[in-house]
Amino acid sequence: MAERIATRDDNIILDVKGMKKYFPIQKGLLRKVVGYVKAVDDVSLYLREGETLGLVGESGCGKTTVSRTIIRLYEPTAGTAHFKTSLFSADGQPEMVNIFDLDKEQMKRIRREVAMIFQDPINSLNPRMSVFDIVSEPMVIHGMKIGPEMEETVVTLLERVGLRKEHIRRYPHEFSGGQRQRIGIARALSMNPKIIFCDEPVSALDVSIQAQTLNLLQDLQSDFNLSYVFVAHDLSVVQHISDRVAVMYVGKIAETAHSDVLYNEPLHPYTEALMSAVPKPDPLYKSERIIMQGDVADPSNPPPGCYFHPRCRYAVDKCSKETPEFRELRPDHWVACHRAEELKLKGV
Amino acid sequence: MAEPLVEIKDLHVQFEVRDGIIKGVDGFTLTINRGETLGVIGESGCGKSITAKAVMQMVPKPGKITGGEIIYYRRDKYNPQKPPSVVKITDLDPDGDTIRSIRGGEFAMIFQEPMSSLTPVYTTGTHIGEALFLHRLVPKTIGEQMTQNIMAYRPVTKQEAREIAIEMLQKVGIPKPHERVDAYPHQLSGGQRQRVMIAIALSCQPFMLIADEPTTALDVSIEAQILDLMRELQESMEMSIMFITHNLGVVAEMAKEIVVMYMGKQVEKSSTVRVFYEPKHPYTRALLQSIPKVGKRTSERLASIKGMVPDPFHLPTGCVFHPRCPSFMPGKCDVLTPNWIETEPDHWVRCLLYENV
Repeated sequence: MAERIATRDDNIILDVKGMKKYFPIQKGLLRKVVGYVKAVDDVSLYLREGETLGLVGESGCGKTTVSRTIIRLYEPTAGTAHFKTSLFSADGQPEMVNIFDLDKEQMKRIRREVAMIFQDPINSLNPRMSVFDIVSEPMVIHGMKIGPEMEETVVTLLERVGLRKEHIRRYPHEFSGGQRQRIGIARALSMNPKIIFCDEPVSALDVSIQAQTLNLLQDLQSDFNLSYVFVAHDLSVVQHISDRVAVMYVGKIAETAHSDVLYNEPLHPYTEALMSAVPKPDPLYKSERIIMQGDVADPSNPPPGCYFHPRCRYAVDKCSKETPEFRELRPDHWVACHRAEELKLKGV
Repeated sequence: MAEPLVEIKDLHVQFEVRDGIIKGVDGFTLTINRGETLGVIGESGCGKSITAKAVMQMVPKPGKITGGEIIYYRRDKYNPQKPPSVVKITDLDPDGDTIRSIRGGEFAMIFQEPMSSLTPVYTTGTHIGEALFLHRLVPKTIGEQMTQNIMAYRPVTKQEAREIAIEMLQKVGIPKPHERVDAYPHQLSGGQRQRVMIAIALSCQPFMLIADEPTTALDVSIEAQILDLMRELQESMEMSIMFITHNLGVVAEMAKEIVVMYMGKQVEKSSTVRVFYEPKHPYTRALLQSIPKVGKRTSERLASIKGMVPDPFHLPTGCVFHPRCPSFMPGKCDVLTPNWIETEPDHWVRCLLYENV
């Protein structure tokens, strides 16, 4: 694992290894810790420049926690997250910096280069701030621009995301859901970030607005050479926008591969089951659904061995005893399943 | 042969608010047949849910049914041989006894949010029991029961309600129903809560189930379970389903017939296969093109519908879709109002492209 940066191209902008985030469960008067919710349990992933990494999984599997921990909205329990930046290097050359080692002051600086777009366009904008205040707030915090120059930048940003100049003095309630999401995108862009973490950016939007927003995100990516970590539960949206996709199950990554490969030749039974469950917009399609029995495992008390084995239809004895290793079976195709080599799984 | 269950004729629902009148539903005509599934699709605010609520005669205030009628061919649940009586739902008092016996008992509804549709202070057993006490009768023995025709019914007892509740929970696939019947909503996961909602809706064996975005808040894996369950139960109970959703994938799997709505109006109606393979209305086409398809990844951009849903107080003239329409014909679409016409047998559309103007 350690030599991964060396063996891969230099384009890697974010390299997360062995990241863990445990939330303590406290009980009683003395707030005694009685257990941990293993929201993120030994997650490793990497992101190349200009690439979109999709992160999918059922609710409660830790998708959001992964993105929030990487930018240290949550303090990680263990692991490293190397981010390519020239903010701290003496000669201005980009170097890999471990985000988890940075102090508060350095963290503030790094937040210029990592931005976030949130799921709920209603609650993620302060109703008492105008669009100008919302979009310019990051610039004020980082002391980047002032006065007319700032206003000019805000107008440029608004126009870039498809809003108009006269919207600048309005308040969030005057906009529709799709427009609010655009305000959120403009705010994320205001610091010229390198990576944007998109946490379910389109799941609250209508189909036609969703298509507009996805197109906008793709345009912005090619214009500014952005890298996205795209968290969503809608598998068709994730496939559309992502270059590579990681499937998560109960705090662990089950499989990651290029999105075409993952959707057509999955190696993990969980991926196969997820894909088969997606309703296809084609009335003549004969679906052979794999119905997963039961609910997602409890992250505070996961089953032994492979977390997926109680719901897996291919499970053998070994699966309930040993934890499968997350390994690279084919180039760029990682999977955590004991039987990945022998199983012939069906894609979409 | 298809036997109509509910006929909606030229339904109008309006909301009078301070700033004017909003036409929530503006001329909606539809027949729902027994045992069939009808899909209603459209974006938020297009009037899907209001139509469903009008069928239940529970349009929220300040909304009012201002025109049209809803006719329900009511069969006696306990005497199926009797010919159905005709009930005009639009004429019923929303608080009256008749509609209250229909709601829940004969038309059941599943709401969108499993989180807020259950009362947090009651157990699942109590929730299901409440519906059963109101709407379910069980056969009662009268005397010696000489012939089979003399039948009488009595309400369920507490013990029976509990047994039925456990049976329903088992049917909807909740593990350990004997324990879960005493569980409170917060002890259940989102998918389980939605299944409890379905159990409540189906416990009284309704003739029609109105499902308003029943799987929107759920994961695909749970969604698949719920859809399978609904289909299975539909077959065993011969129930009609009115399936309201904006998810085209879900509707393709479930519905036999589809109605597409835009700004309170029906714009297209046909069989599911026709709507997906030969869509006629530009809005339907645009909707179908704007969804990314699983399995076929292209580097192309998605075809999006330009602009956004218009302000309900300032509706465009002519066809309400014309400012966003790719086949906009100047001088026609912004002047004339399209009619609801049948272009081919059983394929209805509201668009000037198919009218000789």
